[in-house]
Amino acid sequence: MANQITDETIEYVGILAKLELSDAEKEEAKKDMEKMLDYIDTLNELDTDGVEPMSHVFPVHNVFREDVVTNGDGSADTLANAPLAKDQSFKVPKTIG
Amino acid sequence: MAKQYETVIGLEVHVELATKTKIFCSCSTQFGGAPNTHTCPVCTGMPGSLPVLNKQVVEYAMAIGLATNCDITQVCKFDRKNYFYPDNPQNYQISQLYLPIARNGYVEIEVAGQKKKVRIHEMHMEEDAGKLIHDEWDDTSLVDYNRSGVPLVEIVSEPDMRSADEVIAYLEKLRTIVQYLGASDCKLQEGSMRADVNLSVREVGAAEFGTRTEMKNLNSFKAIARAIEGERERQIELIEEGKQVVQETRRWDDNKESSHAMRSKEDAQDYRYFPEPDLVPIIISDEWIQKVKDRQPELRSEKLERYKKEYDIPQYDAEILTNSKHMADIFEEAAAICGKPKKVSNWLMVETMRLLKENGMEPEDIDFAPENLAALVELTEAGTINSSVAKEVFEKIFAEDIDPKAYVEEHGLKTVNDDGALEEVLKKVIADNPQAVADYQGGKKKALGALVGQTMKTMRGKADPVAINKKLQEML
Repeated sequence: MANQITDETIEYVGILAKLELSDAEKEEAKKDMEKMLDYIDTLNELDTDGVEPMSHVFPVHNVFREDVVTNGDGSADTLANAPLAKDQSFKVPKTIG
Repeated sequence: MAKQYETVIGLEVHVELATKTKIFCSCSTQFGGAPNTHTCPVCTGMPGSLPVLNKQVVEYAMAIGLATNCDITQVCKFDRKNYFYPDNPQNYQISQLYLPIARNGYVEIEVAGQKKKVRIHEMHMEEDAGKLIHDEWDDTSLVDYNRSGVPLVEIVSEPDMRSADEVIAYLEKLRTIVQYLGASDCKLQEGSMRADVNLSVREVGAAEFGTRTEMKNLNSFKAIARAIEGERERQIELIEEGKQVVQETRRWDDNKESSHAMRSKEDAQDYRYFPEPDLVPIIISDEWIQKVKDRQPELRSEKLERYKKEYDIPQYDAEILTNSKHMADIFEEAAAICGKPKKVSNWLMVETMRLLKENGMEPEDIDFAPENLAALVELTEAGTINSSVAKEVFEKIFAEDIDPKAYVEEHGLKTVNDDGALEEVLKKVIADNPQAVADYQGGKKKALGALVGQTMKTMRGKADPVAINKKLQEML
C-alpha cells in the first residue's frame, strides 16, 4: 500500500463527519481509506489530457420546473419524522446561530 | 504621530428571490406561514427525494447578473457544500462553487460626489436554510423549515470598499437594481436581503491586505455602519498592542454594539465541495440571455428621466421618489388616479419622508394604498379640507391606511364654507380679544395673525385661513 493515513487525518475526518470512532474502528477506517486512495492512484495513471471533466453521468441538461405552487401544507408528514416537537417545530438542543 | 489606518471591506450579500416556489421543490416561499407548513420531502432532506430546479430562479439570477455588468456563465452547474447544523436538514447545502451563474461584474456608487466602481467577483444561486428560534422556556431551539430551500443569490464583491458610507452606497445600489428587476423585495429587517461584512485594516500605503474577519447578523444599514466602525477599532487596537487579528467569523450584537467570535479556528470550516450529482448542468444560450435582456423592466435611471420629462418633477425629487421601487410605484399609481403628480410627489417627499424618519422605517415599509393618497390630494384640491387638516388626515393614512373621504366625513373635518357660521365665530373672537383688536386697529398688522389663530383654534382647524383673514379685515 502506497498511501499512509495518519492518526491526525482520521481524527479530522471524524470531526468533519461528526463520528465518534473507537480505536479499533479508527484502524479499520485507516485501512479502508488507504485502499481507496490507492485506487485513485490507479486512475491517475490514465492519460486524461484533452478529456473534458465530467460533472454529471447523463448527457442531459436544462431540466427545469415552472414556478407554480403545487405542494400544500406538509407539516404533518414533516413533523412525523421529528423525534421531539414543540409548537409545530422540531425541538433540538439549544443552538445559537 | 499616530499611525493612519485604512479599512478594506468586501461584502457577501444574500438576496432572497421573489419566486412563488422554492428553488428545488414546489413548496410556497411565502413569508410568515405557520411553522413547517411549507415543507415537503425535498426541502426537509428526506432520503430518496430529488431536487428539480425552478427555471424562474435561473432567470432572476441572470437578470441580476446582467444588470450588474457580469458575464453570464453559459455552462453552469451546482455543487454540494457539506456541513452539519440543525437548520440544514440535508447536512449539505446545494450551492455553486466552481461554475457560478455570473462573474466579473461591477456597480457604480457615488459617495460625497465621488464616483467609484465596486467590482463583483461572482454571484451564485443557492438554497436558504431553515430558521432556528430559541425557546426560553425549556432552553432548547425550535426549527422551522419553511425557509429551507427558498432561493437565494449570493453576490460576492471584491474588497473594493473603504468606509461604511461606501458600503451603504453599494448596498443601496444593489437593492435598487434588484428591486427594479422585481427579483426580490430586499427587506433587511425580514431577512430577504442580508449582508456579511469582510473587513481588515492596514496601514495607509501598505501593499498587502491585513487579516480579515467576517461579520454576520447585520440587519439594518445602521447596524452595518456601527459594526464596521466597531470592528475597525477592535482590529486597530489589536495591532497597536502588537497582537494578531485572528481570521474568524464574528457575530454582531447591535444592542451591545460589540461582536463576539462565532466559530473558533480549531473548528476549521472544511466544506468538502463536490459537484451536485442530483442536478444536471445548465446550458445558457445566447438567445436565452437576449430574451432575459429584452424582458428587463424599466431601470431606475430610465424611470428618473421619465419623471422629469413626463411629470415635470425636479431632479432631486425624482431621485428620492425612484430610490425605492415601492415608493415609485405608489407615486405612479396615485398620480394616475388623481392626475396631480406634483401634489402626490409633495406628499411623498415631505410628509412621508418625515414620518418614515420619525418611525425609523424604510420606504419599503410604506403600507398605504395609492388610492387613499390620491383621494387626499383630491380633497385638498377641491378645498373640502384645508392644509392643516390634510396633514392630520395624512398621518392617519400613513399609520392605518384609512379612506380619507370616509374619515373626513366621520370626524366632521370639512372646511366650514358657511359664511354665517364663520361670522358668528369671528364676532366672538373679536369680543374676546379686545387687546389684539386694538393693536390691529392701531396699525399693528401682525396682531391679525393672533386673531386668525384664535379663530382656527375655536373652529378646530376646519376653516380656511385665507377666508378668515379676508373676513376679519372686512369686519374690523
